[in-house]
Amino acid sequence: MALEIRDIHKHFGPVRANDGVSITVGEGSLHGILGENGAGKSTLMKILSGFYEADSGAVVLDGEVLTLRSPADAIAVGIGMLHQDPLVFLPFTVLDNFVLGSPGPVRLDRSNARTELERVSTELGFSFDPAALARDLTVGERQQLEITRLIWLGARVLIFDEPTTGISATQRIQLFATLRALAEHGMIVLFVSHKLEEVEELCDSVTVIRRGKVVFEAPMPVAPELLVEEMFGKVFVADEREPVALGGPVLRLESVSVDDGKTHLDALDFEGAAGEVVGLAGLEGSGQRTLLRACAGLLTPTAGHLSVDGVDLTHVSYRGHLAVGVHYLPAGRLEEGLVEGISVTEHLVLTSHDRRFLVDWKGAEAAADRVIDEYSIKGRPSSPAEALSGGNQQRLLLAMIPEDVRLLLLEHPTRGLDVESAAFVWKRLLERRTDGATIIFASADLEELLTYSDRIVVFFGGSVFAVRDTASTDGEELGYLIGGKERV
Amino acid sequence: MENTLNSIIAAAAPLVIMTMGESITEKSGVVNLSLEGSLRLSAMTGFAVAFWAGHAFAGFVAAAVVGAAIAAIIAATSIRLRLNQIAVGFVLTLLAADLASFLGDSLVGERGPRVPPLPIPVLSDIPFVGKVLFDHDLVVYASFLAIAVTWWHFYRTRSGLNLQGVGERPEGAFARGIKVNTLRFWYTVLGGAMVGIAGAAYSLDIKLGWRETLTLNLGWIALAIVIFGGWHPLRVAFGAYLFGALQVMAFQLQDVFPGLAQVLPIAPFPLMILALVFVYSSWFRRIGDRLPRVRNLFGSEAPAALGTVFERE
Ligand SMILES: Nc1ncnc2c1ncn2[C@@H]1O[C@H](COP(=O)(O)OP(=O)(O)O)[C@@H](O)[C@H]1O
Ligand SMILES: [Mg+2]
Repeated sequence: MALEIRDIHKHFGPVRANDGVSITVGEGSLHGILGENGAGKSTLMKILSGFYEADSGAVVLDGEVLTLRSPADAIAVGIGMLHQDPLVFLPFTVLDNFVLGSPGPVRLDRSNARTELERVSTELGFSFDPAALARDLTVGERQQLEITRLIWLGARVLIFDEPTTGISATQRIQLFATLRALAEHGMIVLFVSHKLEEVEELCDSVTVIRRGKVVFEAPMPVAPELLVEEMFGKVFVADEREPVALGGPVLRLESVSVDDGKTHLDALDFEGAAGEVVGLAGLEGSGQRTLLRACAGLLTPTAGHLSVDGVDLTHVSYRGHLAVGVHYLPAGRLEEGLVEGISVTEHLVLTSHDRRFLVDWKGAEAAADRVIDEYSIKGRPSSPAEALSGGNQQRLLLAMIPEDVRLLLLEHPTRGLDVESAAFVWKRLLERRTDGATIIFASADLEELLTYSDRIVVFFGGSVFAVRDTASTDGEELGYLIGGKERV
Repeated sequence: MENTLNSIIAAAAPLVIMTMGESITEKSGVVNLSLEGSLRLSAMTGFAVAFWAGHAFAGFVAAAVVGAAIAAIIAATSIRLRLNQIAVGFVLTLLAADLASFLGDSLVGERGPRVPPLPIPVLSDIPFVGKVLFDHDLVVYASFLAIAVTWWHFYRTRSGLNLQGVGERPEGAFARGIKVNTLRFWYTVLGGAMVGIAGAAYSLDIKLGWRETLTLNLGWIALAIVIFGGWHPLRVAFGAYLFGALQVMAFQLQDVFPGLAQVLPIAPFPLMILALVFVYSSWFRRIGDRLPRVRNLFGSEAPAALGTVFERE
């Protein structure tokens, strides 16, 4: 079995998302598709899985040219795709998610389906509660459910689009083991990522895509500098972090209890000093988000005291928090941070301190141009927020942080960003630290936590499990702590 | 007592058929907001056709076609032209209602054919239950069938699960090979046809005859019942029967307490709002997490993609 992609072209308006892509992948191979954000990886994979129709070009499997008009066609020949955001149905049960869309008689035989789910998931080493709701699964479990379903439907070519976004370190290890096992069983596994380390760790061959074109192809291993150069067209060096002397406490929590309906933090004591960067580690939903939202004023503590610069904020609203210089950047950039449909200029006007009734649009546009320049945002003042790529959305959010911020709360500040954007984001964030702000960020990326934090707070099961100075810990120990164990 | 229950079930039958139709449409992610107008136009058309043909059945067929056609306009303009379903539905409401008044003017006061009673032999002789459930006509039996089939289809069939998937997350359904827009179109048409049948039931079965106020507000009430019933056929049916009960009570109390009789038919709405407050409370959420069965019984969530347009790129 061999999969051949021949000269695929696909454009969206003026954007050539795929501009003549050809790739050949053999049986049993774990092939990496590497490229910066916006390179055209997802588009290519959606064409392979029938989600999009290509403008021209062909997909050939086992020497046969495929007609891929819809995902149904792709599934029928054994091509299955796990989308960047697993396309599960959140209010439905695991079992219903498993059978939805599968062929069979009119009457749905759920007990038979349950047996099948159990059989296939056991083969793959997963275990599910068929009656649980998909909403209550972690992203990693949703992926496992999708993998199980696709294998059950007879997939021979499996496409994983950025599967490590949003899953925990432990789940990533499990996912990689699964991908290796699938390839060993003779499947073709396409692993799409913009993260170099992951491709290095996992894949046995790689294709690099840049601006819709294949720029490099080779069996692994390949020198990482070479891959970076191919991805970006230039070598990129990360900035070293300058040490900053810590000042007095900015944020103070005294036996704060808070509940967001899912996780409950109990009697938490915590202090953040001026100029300090605190990283929050832990599996998703262990309490990091609850803490951030309580500090931001989005959740009201049920007990204890919360203050910033000595001002008691325990029962103060979100607006009150903003007024004393608390700023929160949530993970859902487009859901909570930016407003779809309104432009870069309009965003900047919304957050400006200009209180005049009429907006000076000329001035605002000029200001937006300056910001775009300063933050190297790829877009125009009139670009709506959703037209920007993830990295550029994050840059815009950075530009919207007020000058006089005292406490900066960030959730996954570089999730889904390419290396260059991530480094840029951190460079800007660390500048705030020099001005005496405290930065608290949650991240699922150990490397990021270890690189940028002064102190790391590890959450497990809804409480603080451990606190470590970054200098005295390492990735291995964090891995244990996140899993709720001390290093043995 | 058994007579009262019999009247309630008969009075609620068109409402049941209509709310089942709208539940099917909305489960697929389309809002047919035109019920108030569709109902009126199909009641008028149904009566007119039955009157001229001299047979009730012809009226029902014509009314179903009218309801289906209006629904098809909403589905097609949404899918093909990406028009807002709410806006189109609202315009059609006004248009269809006015059209019904205009075209039906000469029919006011005429008497047409009616649906004959059809007690089911043997079953209708069962004490109490026979009178309540089996001493009716075909419209009422159709309403029973509508509830049972809608429920069975949603929760026990493959196509019903696909239908729910389309309304919940169309990209997900599409990725699984389901023809999202084709399904949406046909389920909307089916729902519209059921609304049409309900319209004919009002003019040929419940009230006999056509006048402008025959179905006044019932379309809006049906829309509300679907929402408060949480898009679950059994709870929606319960809502329809509750409304029927209050209508019948209001009618029976008219002479004794005229004031109360006026207020009764709107009583379900405060009740429904209270029910919603209960279902969305964190207290209920905690119970639901522990007892999934309870959650399934009372929890109500709109299909997440309700009222949206799906395009693959
Ligand atoms: N549905 C779409 N409509 C318009 N432009 C799109 C669409 N999907 C992707 N693009 C554009 O195509 C380019 C490639 O995007 P994508 O394939 O998602 O990249 P990647 O997955 O490598 O990050 C980007 O410039 C993106 O903005
Ligand atoms: Mg992508």
